[in-house]
Amino acid sequence: MTVTAHTGAALALGDDALVLSHRLGEWAGHAPVLEEEVALANIALDLLGQARVLLSMAGDEDELAYLREERAFRNLQLVEQPGGDFAHTIARQLYFSTYQRLLYTQLAAQEGAFAGLAAKAVKEVAYHQDHAEQWTLRLGDGTAQSHERMRRACEALWRFTGEMFQPIEGVEVDWAGLQTAWLESVSDTLRRATLEVPEGPRSGAWAAGAGRQGLHTEPFGRMLAEMQHLHRSHPGASW
Amino acid sequence: MVEGDRMAPAAAHRTASVDGAVPEADTAVYEAVFNAAVAADERIEPRDWMPDAYRSTLVRQIAQHAHSEIIGMQPEANWISRAPSLRRKAILMAKVQDEAGHGLYLYSAVETLGVSREELLDKLHTGRQKYSSIFNYPTLTWADVGAIGWLVDGAAITNQVPLCRCSYGPYARAMVRVCKEESFHQRQGYELLLALSQGTPEQHAMAQDAVDRWWWPSLMMFGPPDDESAHSAQSMAWKIKRHSNDELRQRFIDICVPQAKSLNLTLPDPDLRWNEERGHYDFGPIDWAEFREVIKGNGPCNEQRISQRRKAHDEGAWVREAAAAYAAKHNGATGAAVEPSADTADMNGKA
Amino acid sequence: MTTEQSPLWEVFVRSRRGLSHTHAGSLHAPDAELALRNARDLYTRRGEGVSIWVVPSKAITASSPDEKDAFFEPAADKPYRHPTFYEIPEGVKHL
Repeated sequence: MTVTAHTGAALALGDDALVLSHRLGEWAGHAPVLEEEVALANIALDLLGQARVLLSMAGDEDELAYLREERAFRNLQLVEQPGGDFAHTIARQLYFSTYQRLLYTQLAAQEGAFAGLAAKAVKEVAYHQDHAEQWTLRLGDGTAQSHERMRRACEALWRFTGEMFQPIEGVEVDWAGLQTAWLESVSDTLRRATLEVPEGPRSGAWAAGAGRQGLHTEPFGRMLAEMQHLHRSHPGASW
Repeated sequence: MVEGDRMAPAAAHRTASVDGAVPEADTAVYEAVFNAAVAADERIEPRDWMPDAYRSTLVRQIAQHAHSEIIGMQPEANWISRAPSLRRKAILMAKVQDEAGHGLYLYSAVETLGVSREELLDKLHTGRQKYSSIFNYPTLTWADVGAIGWLVDGAAITNQVPLCRCSYGPYARAMVRVCKEESFHQRQGYELLLALSQGTPEQHAMAQDAVDRWWWPSLMMFGPPDDESAHSAQSMAWKIKRHSNDELRQRFIDICVPQAKSLNLTLPDPDLRWNEERGHYDFGPIDWAEFREVIKGNGPCNEQRISQRRKAHDEGAWVREAAAAYAAKHNGATGAAVEPSADTADMNGKA
Repeated sequence: MTTEQSPLWEVFVRSRRGLSHTHAGSLHAPDAELALRNARDLYTRRGEGVSIWVVPSKAITASSPDEKDAFFEPAADKPYRHPTFYEIPEGVKHL
């Protein structure tokens, strides 16, 4: 597969959705409230649907999901972080869904390969963002324990948020404007949740790059091993 | 499932005297009204008078059913992270999600009988209420996901369709919704097995192995034989149950045999053959000793299933407390009516 | 989840525009905002609705089965409230 700007962009956006969907799927049977089992699965299914459309733009969805090596995945490091507690999941949802809504809003407004997908997905991710905000408020402004857990989660994931605004070749949006709007929106929600906006650096100090360059964190390899194992054990089989 | 008039089981006994005892003569009148309604195939609704034993039978049965949906998520969720194609992954996630939804519909139905969900979950977690024993078996390969869909959901549907006409209104209505949504569950399982059966020799063997392991436990899902079933006769008289265990089991077997043939898979019972005279398939003896052992807690996964459920519940406690604390701070007392704003009330359009 | 922490809500769904909201079921939620969202996820995930109401169960006042006769039977003997009560000569239109 030759990676053109267009397929590269489809992979970046598609891998984000695929990997986050997988991580959310890990909650099945473990959610803190039964109603939340249904809510998290809805979000995971929306993301998986987006991933399938995007990966299909770049090639065969299953080949891309199951047969690429770790270094060929282009997703953000944020989405591959292992579960953690419910606060980590909500903090990640807040960071990512806010980004996705802003990005897809811009993509939906322009002509181009991603406009159709973005127009549909923007409605889904607006709901994901709402879900994340509702829970951020409740965890941040709930009990002392939940506040502390949410504070820790927001800080722990903060260092993965800078990567989101690294321009993706083939995606023509106002990245700087996106970043400003994101900071504003997330800061507002955190403040309403009585949480402070983390102050640490928003990206790692590794000059080689991060997820968009195919450089991932250690847990990602194990995630892929689990996800790809069965498919790879039966080369060429149909399912 | 729940009616506005769920609220007080006590209200059903509102004619009780101060010390709580209903005069015997009144009970007889109430009972006659209840029996006439059941006989006329009318539905019993939450605030109607009902015999205590009817109420407790319903609580036991609906709670067990709800628990089964919730515990039943686990063996299938075990394969979400390893689903071998994105299409299968989406289907499986949607199915496991439905099970959570069905558990919720059913918990609501039990709550109309004056038992809270908290109490029900507590009884599940402490082993005082049961769930279907089938979920105490492990899902060892991907084909088990297919076998569960075809056989376990197939058996469940055979049991559940008649429940849509159950005499207790909220249970019957919950079952209508469950059955409607579940129709895809069995089909996806069958389709999954068919793909394996028609695939590579390894895939075919995987499918056969799964069917071999799930067949007998699926037959046990219909419960003990009629002559040993403790609750059957009374439940049938009350029209909570419409068909006997053995009748439903036979119906299921008759349906499965030709389906297995189309799958090009065999069923692990050498005695299985068509009986012209009876118009049904004969089948071999079921190992009821295993059934009783698994119910007692000695199945391969009893401990694991309950531990995971308890762990999820315990680890979620701080989240539930946070949401309650937030509600108390921002809405006054929890549960106070909050005027939904125009944009949230109409998620998908104008009211 | 205790019942005080997360009370019960009744859910009403308008399946499409032009129809009334109908009772779909119930659920638990600590407040109205989450109740609405839980209702959306639980009762409309197959596209069953275009609008949702959630009402705290305890806010509903219901008639009692014991009052059934007093409440509802008197309405049964007033056939003149129904159009079929009236005989109209054949051929008369728009009535």
